[in-house]
Amino acid sequence: MPGPIAESLAGVLLVATLGCAIARPWGLPEALIAVPAAGLLLLLGVLPLSAAAIEVRSLGPTIGFLAAVLLLATLSDRFGLFEAAGGWMASGSRGRPVRLLALVFAVASTVTAVLSLDATVVLLTPVVFATVAQLRLRARPHVYACTHLANSASLLLPVSNLTNLLAFGASGLSFARFGATMALPWLAAIAVEWLLLRRFFAGDLVGHAEPQRPAAPRRPTPVYACAVVGLTLLGFFVTSLLGVAPAFAALAGALALAVPLLRSRRVSVREVGLALQVPLLAFVLGLGLIVKALSLHGLGAVVTHLVPVGASLGALLVVALVAALLANLINNLPAVLLLLPAVAALGPGPVLAVLIGVNTGPNLTYAGSLATLLWRRVLRQRGEELPVSEFMRLGALTVPPVLVAATVALWISLRVVG
Amino acid sequence: MMRSVRVVIWVVEGTWEGCVDAARPSIPAAGRVALLHVTPSDVTGIAGAATAGLLGRGLPGSRTHRPVEEVAGKAATALLAAAALRLGREDAELLQRRGRVEREVIRAVAEDVDLLVVARDGDHSRLGPHSLGPATRFVVDHAPCSVLLVWPDEPPGIESIPPAPPHGPAPPPPV
Repeated sequence: MPGPIAESLAGVLLVATLGCAIARPWGLPEALIAVPAAGLLLLLGVLPLSAAAIEVRSLGPTIGFLAAVLLLATLSDRFGLFEAAGGWMASGSRGRPVRLLALVFAVASTVTAVLSLDATVVLLTPVVFATVAQLRLRARPHVYACTHLANSASLLLPVSNLTNLLAFGASGLSFARFGATMALPWLAAIAVEWLLLRRFFAGDLVGHAEPQRPAAPRRPTPVYACAVVGLTLLGFFVTSLLGVAPAFAALAGALALAVPLLRSRRVSVREVGLALQVPLLAFVLGLGLIVKALSLHGLGAVVTHLVPVGASLGALLVVALVAALLANLINNLPAVLLLLPAVAALGPGPVLAVLIGVNTGPNLTYAGSLATLLWRRVLRQRGEELPVSEFMRLGALTVPPVLVAATVALWISLRVVG
Repeated sequence: MMRSVRVVIWVVEGTWEGCVDAARPSIPAAGRVALLHVTPSDVTGIAGAATAGLLGRGLPGSRTHRPVEEVAGKAATALLAAAALRLGREDAELLQRRGRVEREVIRAVAEDVDLLVVARDGDHSRLGPHSLGPATRFVVDHAPCSVLLVWPDEPPGIESIPPAPPHGPAPPPPV
């Protein structure tokens, strides 16, 4: 098949795949278009079987790792970890909105870093919402803090974001070294978000919760689940130092949570199976193959052309900017898949700069412009709306400084940690 | 017969107590009073947009989704009840709305309302043209009734006024 036609076909299929994943017509699983689309590309020879095999082999372990982390997060929720976090934030805030925001920042940054951004968006955000409602404070700053930090605070560890997991192999870094190099960019991103959100929402951070209100019955801290999550985090570093895949630490943690829950019948085997999110894993694989086809037929060369060589501060900034633009144009998952082949040979610096771009960039349009447009329609059908002007304004205010601060921090970090 | 005066108090999280206290003297004993709360429909939309960022993972219908809507609704009901108790008017009508806050407030006072009581929000440390939050600003501009703007906390002293510029711009010449 001639290059331009193959390229267009792969492009159309990518858009259809992303569109279907977001709009979910009739609640169909996200893999429904992705997997047949990848199959079609293979059948037509747009994607050679050998290239597909290499892609599957490199994506396989990543997908396994993701499955284990998702399971770990879902099961720790079953132990009441997130509800307990809501209790800590409520009592620690002493009813003061700015104090509460600081605690939301601390908890959301930690949850995102350790249990992935999915955990913050799906499990923590509703808890924060309920905590704020219980304290009778305004939800807006705290909800925005969660959604922003789910992106900006997902820089720290390979497990923090699916994009990191995809790039982890290409970066050539160990788990511990990845974390050590990204610690400073992670802190820089959080600090800039704090300064800007605190100021942007000054008008909503008013009043205080009345002290005489009887606090909601405190949930006991789930000590066991906290210990397992802590040990799993430690396990990531230990396995990486021993040269074992850190995915095994995640698997061990997930099993340590699953066994007592299954024994006491607090979850069923079926629920554990659902928490593995098999359709999602199939979707990531399908998406990987579609992007591979797109990359083989010319787009890869274009992207390689866009990326400057070297790890100077200027080069890192350009890489991060290109990644952020691409993430907003399409979506951060295909963006990172497209950019990785171009930057993998340039060493860890540019790979990590790509991650800064694709992780912090989405605060402008969250899922990429296409997804945001579709999402607005989904919300409208449910009688909700998206304050597009407000969140774009906040995104335009925070994304550039966060991007620059994190990239400068990365540049310094690469010099210190090497 | 003259119809009785009708007052609406707009209560918002963070400022509602001060607002109710400040409104109390302005309500005639024989007048009717309503307490209004609007749950913003866009805050849940923001959380939803982040969910879209996960490419559809954890959409409503999945086991992990918690009904944020329901939490917001219950919290609003409880807030209105607490406000009525604080006001000490058992006969207060409770108006619970959901939507775009500023537009729902205007809609609620569009007819048969004499006075709307609104707490100043916004950042009190920087008083000036923009010291009202956007929703409050909209309501003050468009309410079809009298608006009583109250301080939910201590009013600022007059020393909060910056000194006048030494040579202000000359007034425009008459046309």
